Amino acid sequence: MYTFSNRLKIGSFILMAVGALCIVTGFLSAPGTVEEAKAIVASHSDGHGESHGEEVGHVAESHGAVAHGEEHDASHDEHLLHQLQNRPWAALYVAAFFFFMIALGVLAFYALQRAAQAGWSPLLFRVMEGITAYVVPGGIVVFVILVLSVMHMNHLFVWMDADVVAHDKLLQGKSGYLNPIFFLIRAAIFLGGWILYREYSRKLSLRQDESNDNSNFKLNFKISAAFLVFYLISESMMSWDWIMSVDPHWFSTLFGWYVFASMFVSGITVIAMVTIYLKSRGYLEEVNDSHVHDLAKFMFGISIFWTYLWFSQFMLIWYANIPEEVTYFITRIEDYNLPFFGMIAMNFIFPILLLMNSDYKRINWFVILAGIVILAGHYLDIFNMIMPATVGDQWFIGIPEIGSILFFAGFFIFWVFRALTTAPLQPKRNPFIEESRHFHY
Amino acid sequence: MASKVIHAYYDDDDVLMHAVKKVKAAKHHIEEVYCPFPVHGLDKAMGLAPTRIAITSFIYGCLGLSVATVMMNYIMIQDWPQDIGGKPSFSYIENMPAFVPIMFELTVFFAAHLMVITFYLRSRLWPFKEAENPDVRTTDDHFVMEVEIHDNEDELWDLLRNTGAVEINISEKNSH
Repeated sequence: MYTFSNRLKIGSFILMAVGALCIVTGFLSAPGTVEEAKAIVASHSDGHGESHGEEVGHVAESHGAVAHGEEHDASHDEHLLHQLQNRPWAALYVAAFFFFMIALGVLAFYALQRAAQAGWSPLLFRVMEGITAYVVPGGIVVFVILVLSVMHMNHLFVWMDADVVAHDKLLQGKSGYLNPIFFLIRAAIFLGGWILYREYSRKLSLRQDESNDNSNFKLNFKISAAFLVFYLISESMMSWDWIMSVDPHWFSTLFGWYVFASMFVSGITVIAMVTIYLKSRGYLEEVNDSHVHDLAKFMFGISIFWTYLWFSQFMLIWYANIPEEVTYFITRIEDYNLPFFGMIAMNFIFPILLLMNSDYKRINWFVILAGIVILAGHYLDIFNMIMPATVGDQWFIGIPEIGSILFFAGFFIFWVFRALTTAPLQPKRNPFIEESRHFHY
Repeated sequence: MASKVIHAYYDDDDVLMHAVKKVKAAKHHIEEVYCPFPVHGLDKAMGLAPTRIAITSFIYGCLGLSVATVMMNYIMIQDWPQDIGGKPSFSYIENMPAFVPIMFELTVFFAAHLMVITFYLRSRLWPFKEAENPDVRTTDDHFVMEVEIHDNEDELWDLLRNTGAVEINISEKNSH
C-alpha cells in the first residue's frame, strides 16, 4: 500500500493556497469599466512597449462584431474591456481543462491497454487508475465553469451572448448546435460517460483481485472496448464544444484528433512521471527500466503524432489561405508568435532529439526532464487554443495564469496521490501480471 | 591460410543458448553461429558489440534534410523566385510549410535507403554472392556453432559433446 508522504501533501496544499490567492488577485484586478480597462492598457504599454501597443482590429472579426465604421472606437473600447475581464476566466479555464485533459488522456490510454490486452502494462494499471481519479473532480470543475459561462458570468463563449447572435447570421445558422441548453446537455453526457467508465472499470479492477475467476477481467475488457468507441466520438464533439466554439466563426475537421493527441501525450507523460516518482520512493519494485522505456517510446511517438496533426491543420489552411479559415492562424502568428512557435519547439523538436536514443529512454531523470517540457508545451497548446479568442492581444502569462496552473497542479497532485493510497499498487490476479513483471525490452 | 574448425550441430535454440554460454565460460572464441532464424539474446550471450546502424541512419537522415533544404532553397528562392499562386517566395522560411512534405520524405528516404545499403555493405551481401553457410541444414532446422581449433581438438570435442550437440564435425576452413 502506498502512503501519501507528508511533504507531498503539504506541497500540494501550498500550491493550492498560493494558486487560489493568485486567482483571486486576478479576478480583483480585472477592470470593471471601460475607463479602467483603458488605464490598464495605457500603463501596460508604457512598460512593454511595442508588442502590445499596436492596434489590431481584426481580433474583433473573430468575435463577430459587425459594427465597425464610425462606432469603431466605442465598440473597440468595449471589446478591450471584455478581453481584460475574460483574462482571469480564460486563465482558470485553460488550467482547469489542461489538468482534466491529462486525466482523460490517461483514461483513454488505460482503456486502450485493456482493450489491446497489453502484456507490459498491467503493473502500471493502479498508477493509471490513480491518475484517472481526477476525471471526477476535474470534470466537475470544468462543467461548473461552463455553467457559469452559460449564466453570463464571463464572455468566454461569444455565441452564448444573445445580442451577438442576433446580429450574426453565421452564429444564427449554427444555433441549432451551439445553444446553451444543448451545450450543457452534451457536456453532461460526455462527462457522465467518462466518469461512469472510470468508476466501473476501477471497481472491476479491484474486484478482480479478490475473485476466483477472470469474469471481472473479461467484463473490463468488453467495457473498455465499448468505452473507446464512446470516447472517440465524445472527445471529438467535446473539442468542438469546449475549445473550437470559443472561435465560433472558425472550424476545422481534424480538430478533435488534434486535441486528442495533445491530451494523449500529456497523459502518457504524467503516467511516466508518476511511475518514476513512485518507483524512486520504493513503491513499484517490480517496475523496471523497460516499462519506463515503453512509456518514453509512447511519449516520443505521440509527440510526433501531435506535430503531424498540428502541421496538417496549419499547412492545409496556410496553403489554401481562405480568408474565413486563415484568420485563426493570423491572430496566432501576429499576437502569439512566441507561444505559438515556441510550443512546436517544446512539443516536437525537444522530445524528438531527447527521446530518440534508446538508452536515454531508460534514464529516469531524462524522461522526467523531457516530460516537464512536454507538459509545459501542451499547456501552451491549450493556451494558444483558448486565449486568442477570449483575451486577444491582451494576453500575458502573469499572476492569473500561473496562479491557475499552481492551483490545479496542487489539486491534481493531492487528488491523484490520495487515490493511489486507496488500493495496493500492484494488481494481484490480473491474467497478464506475470508477463508484465517479467517484461523486458 | 587454412585452419581447422569444429562444427557443433544443435537442433534446439534453447540448447544452443546454453551451449554458447558454456563455451564462452570455458574461454573459447566462438567464430560464428549459423541459425535458421533470429535467436533472441544470442548476440548478448556471444558478447557481440551492439550495432551502430541506428546512428548511421540518424546521420543519413540529417543529410537528407540538408539536401532537401539546400535544393529547394536554391530552386524556389535563389534561382528563380517566381510568384506561383501567390506563395511568398521571398525567403525560405516564409514559404517553408510548402516544403515540409518534401523535407520529411527526403529525410526518411535518405535515412532508410542509405541505412539499408550500409547494412548490405557491412554484412557483405549482394546479388550473385556465394552462400557461406557450412551446411544446408542451417537454413532449415539446425543450428551450427563454429569454434576454431588451436591444438585443443579433444578438449573442445568433449566440451561440445557435453553441451548437447547432436553432431560434431571437424573441417578445414579457408578464412577470408
